[in-house]
Amino acid sequence: MEAARVVDQVARTSYGRLVAFLSARTRDVAAAEDALSEAFQAALTTWPESGVPERPEAWLLAVARRRQIDAGRHSAVQQAASAELQRAAVQTEAGQPLPDERLGLMLVCAHPAIDVAVRTPLMLQTVLGLDAATIASAFLVAPASMGQRLVRAKRKIREAGIPFAVPEIKEWPERLRALLEAIYAAYGAGWEETGGRQGLAAEAIWLARVLVELLPDEEEALGLLALLLYCEARRPARRGPEGQYVPLSEQDPRLWRREWILEAERYLQQAARHQRPGRFQFEAAIQSAHSLRAVTGKVDWPAITMLYEALAQWTSTVGAQVGWAAAVAETEGPAAGLAILAGLPAERVAGYQPYWAVRAYLLRHSNSDEAHEAYERAAGLTDDPAVRGYLLQEMMKLHDDQ
Amino acid sequence: MRISQTTSWWRFGYAIRNERAGAYWGAYQAYSTAMREAGILRGGNGLQGPPAATSVRLKDGERLVQDGPFADAKEQLGGYFVIEVDNLDAALEWAARSPSMTEGGVEVRPVLVM
Repeated sequence: MEAARVVDQVARTSYGRLVAFLSARTRDVAAAEDALSEAFQAALTTWPESGVPERPEAWLLAVARRRQIDAGRHSAVQQAASAELQRAAVQTEAGQPLPDERLGLMLVCAHPAIDVAVRTPLMLQTVLGLDAATIASAFLVAPASMGQRLVRAKRKIREAGIPFAVPEIKEWPERLRALLEAIYAAYGAGWEETGGRQGLAAEAIWLARVLVELLPDEEEALGLLALLLYCEARRPARRGPEGQYVPLSEQDPRLWRREWILEAERYLQQAARHQRPGRFQFEAAIQSAHSLRAVTGKVDWPAITMLYEALAQWTSTVGAQVGWAAAVAETEGPAAGLAILAGLPAERVAGYQPYWAVRAYLLRHSNSDEAHEAYERAAGLTDDPAVRGYLLQEMMKLHDDQ
Repeated sequence: MRISQTTSWWRFGYAIRNERAGAYWGAYQAYSTAMREAGILRGGNGLQGPPAATSVRLKDGERLVQDGPFADAKEQLGGYFVIEVDNLDAALEWAARSPSMTEGGVEVRPVLVM
């Protein structure tokens, strides 16, 4: 099982590097993927038995080239990619490593000219080689539509001539932010997979690791990786023995993966050394504070409240405000939390599940009759059966309390 | 939006109606409330189980009435909602929130515009 994971990761690393190398030169991502797809599939099926080759990229290139010759494929789209394939093959055969241009490819995927909704899927496909159907399921999109969106995005890259270069310093913060958000979205799409397959969550962490490897001095990249590791560390505690939902406050910290938390701590400290705060560092710091419960046995709500307040000022997202409201309620009582929630625009919270869950909890602790309705809304808006079961149970408890 | 159930759910639903079925309908109540509050719900019904079905069709010009549903498929129609949203993505997002997801699945189809 572990060996399969290693094969998978090596194959993905090499695949992403090769797609990046070819498409950086041709600006044609689709042709690069096309030239490599069969070789990549062959790697995923033969490596588990034959073992990972010493130079995986050279192996992939040799197969890709052979397949291309066999099929006599030299369509107009592929010609540029073929020429680059040839050049890359010569380079690797001479023992030279390919330059790692995955950062350029990731930046292209998260380019402002690409529709926000397709940035993450595009990155998962081009950098990691995930297929459209897998991505479609994770993002709740029809496979045919996802396929079309990816094709359209790649055409846009080619036709608009989006450069694979790392942007000017002036543009950099904005471009990096888009890239970090796209990786974070991949984690969000994988968050609820609690069964054996935790596909996208692992892929997102992998992408964040690649990014930190490529940009070791970028504090927000470090912050994002730390955040994902803190969250992922709690996976074993998020469900009870019968698969029931366990809220963070009731989780048994002994079930948290300690080494993941320690790793996250290291990245967060590394980020903090730059003394340039940012959204992901705040979010990671909040999770770090929660993780301290494993050591101290209690939650430092004043610290968490301060961090949420900083985050809410930094991002002004509904999510940050809802988190802040929940934290404030712990230190100043439910009324203070409800007051923050009351200030959020109705149209932005109507379909936002965490808002209703926090509101329900706070109303319940204010002995308000409206708690029932809020629990019901929260239950109706979740797509996680375990969370729904938990919320309905809490709703039923309201009547037992009375 | 068609809500389909596996037949096993129906058996389950009949057998343990008092215990888990209560939570199940509670979940449906929450789900339809959320859709109503979002202003997208246009109609729909839950349906009784396949044993309550009677089907009629024409065979060689003769009317044939049978007990039970059309086909003994694994998936059976359990009910439907009519919702009005901007696109398929939004419809799928709501479909994924259906309590039926645990026992069956949801089929999403656009309404035929006449």
